Amino acid sequence: MSVLSHAAKRRLSDKLLLSLTWFCSFITIAVLVWILSYIVINGITHINWSFLTTIYKPVKGLTGIFPMIISTLMIIGVTVIISTPIGICSAIYLVEYSKPGKLVATIRFATETLAGIPSIIYGLFGFIFFVVALQLKYSILSGALTLSIMVLPTVIRATEEALKSVPDMYREGSLALGASKLTTISRVVLPCAVPGILTALILSIGRIVGETAAVYLTAGYVPNIPSSIMRSGQTLSVHLYTLAKEGISFEQAYATATVLVIIVAILNFIATRVAGKFTKVSTGG
Amino acid sequence: MDGRNRMKLFEKLMSAIFLICAAISVLSLIVITVYVFAKGTPAIFKVGVWSFLSGTSWQPQAGIFGLLPMITASILGTLGAILIGVSIGLFTAIFLSEIAPKRIANIMRPAVELLAGIPSVVYGFFGLMVLVPIIRQYLGGAGNSLLAVIIILAVMILPTVISISETSIRAVPAVIKEGSLALGASHMQTIFKVIIPSARSGIMAAIVLGTGRAIGETMAVILVSGNTALIPHALTDRVRTLTANIALEMGYASGLHQETLFATGVVLFVFIMLLNIVLNVILYSKAGDRA
Repeated sequence: MSVLSHAAKRRLSDKLLLSLTWFCSFITIAVLVWILSYIVINGITHINWSFLTTIYKPVKGLTGIFPMIISTLMIIGVTVIISTPIGICSAIYLVEYSKPGKLVATIRFATETLAGIPSIIYGLFGFIFFVVALQLKYSILSGALTLSIMVLPTVIRATEEALKSVPDMYREGSLALGASKLTTISRVVLPCAVPGILTALILSIGRIVGETAAVYLTAGYVPNIPSSIMRSGQTLSVHLYTLAKEGISFEQAYATATVLVIIVAILNFIATRVAGKFTKVSTGG
Repeated sequence: MDGRNRMKLFEKLMSAIFLICAAISVLSLIVITVYVFAKGTPAIFKVGVWSFLSGTSWQPQAGIFGLLPMITASILGTLGAILIGVSIGLFTAIFLSEIAPKRIANIMRPAVELLAGIPSVVYGFFGLMVLVPIIRQYLGGAGNSLLAVIIILAVMILPTVISISETSIRAVPAVIKEGSLALGASHMQTIFKVIIPSARSGIMAAIVLGTGRAIGETMAVILVSGNTALIPHALTDRVRTLTANIALEMGYASGLHQETLFATGVVLFVFIMLLNIVLNVILYSKAGDRA
């Protein structure tokens, strides 16, 4: 009798836990669907060609986000140009050259810590170092330099993964044929790791697009088209923040948020595609 | 012979370049730490360590700089978010790794990734337009509140908690699971009594990383918190976090006021470093388990 009730209790608790996992997963998905649909439904109606291509001069009735798109693209461009080569070279050092020891442990510790530092601290640092000390002022360049340090851990880690997944056989084969280490890396290892490196690139672009706090304190918030990278510019995220915080226009805010969500969704889609190809390549080899 | 030497020199040069690039991370970390601390610590001593950390009033115009309301808000907001986010996230991770049919898991994983990719300011905007009015209507108060901060942060740490927990649950060797099932334990018992305890270091790491994300979040929090620098007495009270304190006043602050914002950064930095140490201890003990 008591054994039976024990078994019944067990069945009950099993069922309860099982439904709890379904329930929590449902919440996770429901939250995502709710946020996305709410933003897109409210925003998509305000997006049209002129919203995307006109400048932002509210006094003249112009409320386009063209300057913000340009600023965002400029920040992405400069950040990628600075951080990608450094990140790839770091990963090459860590995977292909380094021997386990204090130096590698220090580098690993540094990248992990950098990944954990909140963006507002990057903003503070960027402000005091790039904006004030190096006198770059509020500019695209200050923002991009700050973001470069911020995305560096992402680039390094993803590139490392890509390099590690290249089978040692390839390296040995190339070395056995008389190729030098550098030639092996540049002609054999790197080409195999290209999809992984591309994924790293897309991930970091996603972070740059979404970043607000660090950019706000370093690139400033002038809603004009920056004439050079030495000028201040307002990225899409900062624009959305300003619109929402100051309560300027919720219609524009919805529309800007929709543009951001669409950009991120596209980037995610491309990243999954590239990563998918990547696994095919490495298992095919 | 000459060509070969030149080649060798080039190889050496390139390996030096790789090393220098790898050292940039270390250099950046040092420069960031030194600059933020150098700019922030003097202010802490000018105000007085104790009155800065335990002062309950923040009035820059009057020269009163007490950080306790922000410290309280950051800790309460993060704890609340961890409580909600980790429970939902952990169960979702269990679902994804052990229970979900392949078809459902294949739809859910990209969804979780998308959740991770949504810019924080979009979460904040959603909170401002949806969450805040709901709280105002049903729980009273202004709506901008500690509760809104907790809920938004809980959602934002979900992807971190889910993906790292799922990875660590998957990493549990199949023999452990099979052994438990062979002894007559049910699938649920196996998951909760055997698999989860085996994956605990990974799950702890997920919690610590989630904590880091929650305590460091700025823009989303500013949009839903109300930003009043007072110690909250209820979930519906307006709050201001450490991060918000920096972002809100940095634009116009100068002199000692600006330095105290860097000092706020120093306090935040110390929190993050403590978390990092905890994380390293967890990962280190994990390595110990294996050996």
